[in-house]
Amino acid sequence: MIDAVNLTKKFGDITAVDGLTFHVSEGEAFGFLGPNGAGKTTTVRMLCCLIAKTRGEARIAGYDTGNEADSLEIRRMIGFMPENVGLYGELSAYRNLDFYAKLYDRTDQQRKESIERLLRLLGLWDKKDLPVGTFSKGMKQKVAIARALVHDPEILFLDEPTANLDPEAAKTVRDFILELKKEKKTIFLNTHNLDEAQKLCDRIGILKTHLLRTGTPEELKEALRGSKTIIQLEEVNDRIVAAVRQHTSGKVVVEDHRLVIDVINAEYENPGLVGAVFAAGGRIQFVQGLNPTLEDVYLETVREEIP
Amino acid sequence: MRLSKAWIIASKDLSIVRRKKSIFSTMIIFPLFVSVGLPVLIYVLVGRAGSISPDALSGLLIVLNALAFFFIIGAASLPTAIASYTIIGEKQEQSLEPLLATPTTDSEILLGKSIAALLPPLVAIWIGMVIFMGLIDGIIFGQLGYLYYPNAVMAVIMLVLVPLAAVTAVEVSVIISARVNDVRTAQQLGSLIVIPFALIYVLAETNAFPLTVPYLLVLAFIILIVDIVLFSLAVSTFRREEILTKWK
Repeated sequence: MIDAVNLTKKFGDITAVDGLTFHVSEGEAFGFLGPNGAGKTTTVRMLCCLIAKTRGEARIAGYDTGNEADSLEIRRMIGFMPENVGLYGELSAYRNLDFYAKLYDRTDQQRKESIERLLRLLGLWDKKDLPVGTFSKGMKQKVAIARALVHDPEILFLDEPTANLDPEAAKTVRDFILELKKEKKTIFLNTHNLDEAQKLCDRIGILKTHLLRTGTPEELKEALRGSKTIIQLEEVNDRIVAAVRQHTSGKVVVEDHRLVIDVINAEYENPGLVGAVFAAGGRIQFVQGLNPTLEDVYLETVREEIP
Repeated sequence: MRLSKAWIIASKDLSIVRRKKSIFSTMIIFPLFVSVGLPVLIYVLVGRAGSISPDALSGLLIVLNALAFFFIIGAASLPTAIASYTIIGEKQEQSLEPLLATPTTDSEILLGKSIAALLPPLVAIWIGMVIFMGLIDGIIFGQLGYLYYPNAVMAVIMLVLVPLAAVTAVEVSVIISARVNDVRTAQQLGSLIVIPFALIYVLAETNAFPLTVPYLLVLAFIILIVDIVLFSLAVSTFRREEILTKWK
């Protein structure tokens, strides 16, 4: 559905996006995870035909983003929610949505039905005639999502959909995106929220000007070699720490009464580590395996990039 | 280019502008002043006199043509108020990005905004001109013995020069709006466009630039050339990549 090959964007001498190659399948929720300035928004803008690529190729449902005629077709089939909601504050929620629905050539009946369905789904139907300027941030965000969906697009681009929202409003927006996933919409999500990416995306690409890693959340975590073993003791002493260090080449960190040990193969290494602690006189309260989180993967991936 | 798309955008802009009292009142006050205020002045000066000399009468007709030039000045200034608001308003609301992501072309959006900026001033000025002509005819019919308006000079002003001057104002506003973030600043800068028109008015008053049909058509041709140049500049300014990456 979305294909990018060596997609590159330069602004003067600055490379904002460098050689992106990825594929998003129909019905898939794909997320770009990256720090501010990583090129997430620039990529979405190129895919939505808002800015031209410098090099490479990007296709949406087979249409070339670089072709003027194709770009109109692409914009017809996508829904786009930018980071800034960009609503007309003086107009009502209904009028905002109606304006956009008209631009997508929806009939009167289609517009009416679609706007009512979306505003009811998002709990805004009672406020449909109020100026959007009087809405809270969360409500505006909901209207912006409704705007992206008012023409029933096949593909949805969401650029930081929960940025600057309070936790409750963010949850409402995420729940709504999960509903869209059930409808098998193809979703392209930009976020720097790891939890959001993990909850909403089938696959994630970690971006920092170029694509550092791509995979399902599980694949990404597996790609980060190893995990951690936590051994909780009644008391930690130097003898126990030395015994453990003799047994492993991984990093050993002492945190209060526990040892946090980097292991590569927990099943293979843990019996030896427990034996070493026991032999050094340690009284073990419990042993816990700790798999890497998406945050670990993200931080390690992004840090690797720091020169 | 699809006019239907441009009209959807224009309708939306017009419904926003309608709620702005300051813009709405600007559209009313200036045409009202010119169309009613100036005929009242003429009435006070000459209308109450039983009869005036032929020389004074021919002088009055020159003055009337010069006064009609006020409508061109109005056409060159009024669209600035709306054009600046609709473009900078979108910048301030950050609503251009989602608009640009719809299946509309840059020129359709620009045309829509131009229609929204042109329509209210043109309607206001044309109505004002009709009132002006009616009142003047009523005032001087007694001295003249025939209806002075409508005449060819007024037709050229109304149908050619007023629209051309309004287009100039819109294009200047588009170019300025790309570079400033404040509606008031854009309006103030845009209003400078009246200076050349005001100079022509002064020349007309001194009869250095007679407001006859041939002279007005030459003026129209010059404004047309200026409009074409400004249009190409406005189009190159109003490109989606420029808007998203260079507009401040």
